[in-house]
Amino acid sequence: MKQYWKDYQKEIADDNYFYVRSCIRQNFFPGAENLFIDILKNKLGKTVFEDAEHTTCTGIGYHTDVVPLETTMTVIARQFALMKEKGYRNMIASCVTSFGLYSEVLDMWKHQPELKEKIAGYLMEATGRTFEEPENMVHASDILYKYRNEIASIAKYKLINKTTGEPLKVVDHIGCHYAKTFPERGVGGSEFPQVLTGLITAWGGQTVDYPERRHCCGFGFRNYLVQPNRGYSISQSKIKLESMKPYEPDLIIANCPGCSMFLDRWQYTLEETEGAVYGTCGNKIPVFTHEELAGLVLGYDPWEIGLQTHQVPVEALLDKIGVEYNPDLKYTDRQGNLIGEPELINQHVC
Amino acid sequence: MEILRQIQADPRYDESCRSCLNCGVCTAICPAAGYFDYDPRKIVNLVREGDETTLTEIISSDLIWYCGQCMSCKPRCPRGNVPGILIQILRTVSINSGLFAKSGLGLQQLVLKRGIGHNILETGYCIHPTRVDPAVHPEQGPVWEWMSTNADQVYSRFDTGYDKEGPGLLRKISPKALGELDRIFDVTGCKELWRKIEDGAAK
Repeated sequence: MKQYWKDYQKEIADDNYFYVRSCIRQNFFPGAENLFIDILKNKLGKTVFEDAEHTTCTGIGYHTDVVPLETTMTVIARQFALMKEKGYRNMIASCVTSFGLYSEVLDMWKHQPELKEKIAGYLMEATGRTFEEPENMVHASDILYKYRNEIASIAKYKLINKTTGEPLKVVDHIGCHYAKTFPERGVGGSEFPQVLTGLITAWGGQTVDYPERRHCCGFGFRNYLVQPNRGYSISQSKIKLESMKPYEPDLIIANCPGCSMFLDRWQYTLEETEGAVYGTCGNKIPVFTHEELAGLVLGYDPWEIGLQTHQVPVEALLDKIGVEYNPDLKYTDRQGNLIGEPELINQHVC
Repeated sequence: MEILRQIQADPRYDESCRSCLNCGVCTAICPAAGYFDYDPRKIVNLVREGDETTLTEIISSDLIWYCGQCMSCKPRCPRGNVPGILIQILRTVSINSGLFAKSGLGLQQLVLKRGIGHNILETGYCIHPTRVDPAVHPEQGPVWEWMSTNADQVYSRFDTGYDKEGPGLLRKISPKALGELDRIFDVTGCKELWRKIEDGAAK
């Protein structure tokens, strides 16, 4: 392997993980994190621990400039303290913003040890806790990348069109804070990230290269969260969607919960406001998280892993692959009772 | 303290602004530069020139509030600078000095503080299903409206621990954990920052 590729490989611990959840993923993809934990525990035989006492890392507050650096650092130090208290040293972050912030904090402490000491003092004063840095700090998509071939070996489905036998064309979207902030902490770096393309090809699909592949989804923090600013956010997603459209992707996958949500929701808004549709056959392009894609190929029930919580309907894609599902259970509760249905979105069959 | 000294005293300054050859790659890659009349290269240049009058004008203006914090500028800069982090520093100085309130976009900090900031201390999450109101989020579409309206049933399908203490999906963060967050926000200066946002906006 050439040296420049070696620079962008990373150590990913092989077991005994301390898992920290994502605010956005829990809100908008409520099946994804439990699915990830289930895959680790019951498909891969790993130990993963979630501490009920962990909280938000404050990342959205930090990047909207309402939470100062030292506050965020101390909250992150508290997460590290919880991990130490439970006897774990390998941390998995569900959120890409969290992962980027953890990476930034660890880097700053490395270069400014006096800052780490100051934060240790704040943590002790506020909570009485002490912390140690993790030995291994990864994003959840890194774990699926590491075990992509093991998952492929037990997969029920492949990312292949069952009618044509052709590989599905899959767009990978990497959250900016996964590798743009610290390229050496992302598999493949920021220019040629491998973390999702590795999943796509291992599970039978074909990756799509397109001009705006590395462009931000457009979250923009304050540029979405303040309602009058949202023109920025939708415009950035539109740049990406227009750029990928000529390649006729079957599916988009993203490792960042914000990106997954925006690429899903802005397609709805663009159709409502402009009549624009970016998929084939008049359909929008389904957007999956990395956990959901793993769950799909492993044969989990689509509604048990939360695919009904996407604004872009997924049935056309499920049919394309040949995934079995019961349409009557899409909008039901845990007991199988119909909750009610959102406004129907038409789907077209090619 | 002079504005420039406040900027340089920030622990993030060294990583954000080592040296600059004014090549403009940061502007070329910047999503905000493609949408607004905004030029991160120029901002870095003006900070490096260090003119106090100009710096005061910048941190009183809308200019520092356009960046979307994607950090696309970082990996492309040939000198390893991060204009996106320099922007964070300028925003911090703007809030601390009260000058943020001179900008329409800067004043939006009040909305963000009362939204995201309060979410954190009251729920333990930056965002929570009960606080993403479909009425002000029409872009979220009918599926979100369905999820929001039927939150207990929808979220409980995926985890019976929803909104209950203990591990799991959108668990209720314990009073102990919320108390620790509250004290962290106190001792590390976040509440002081919030007071400045409220006071600045009130003026």
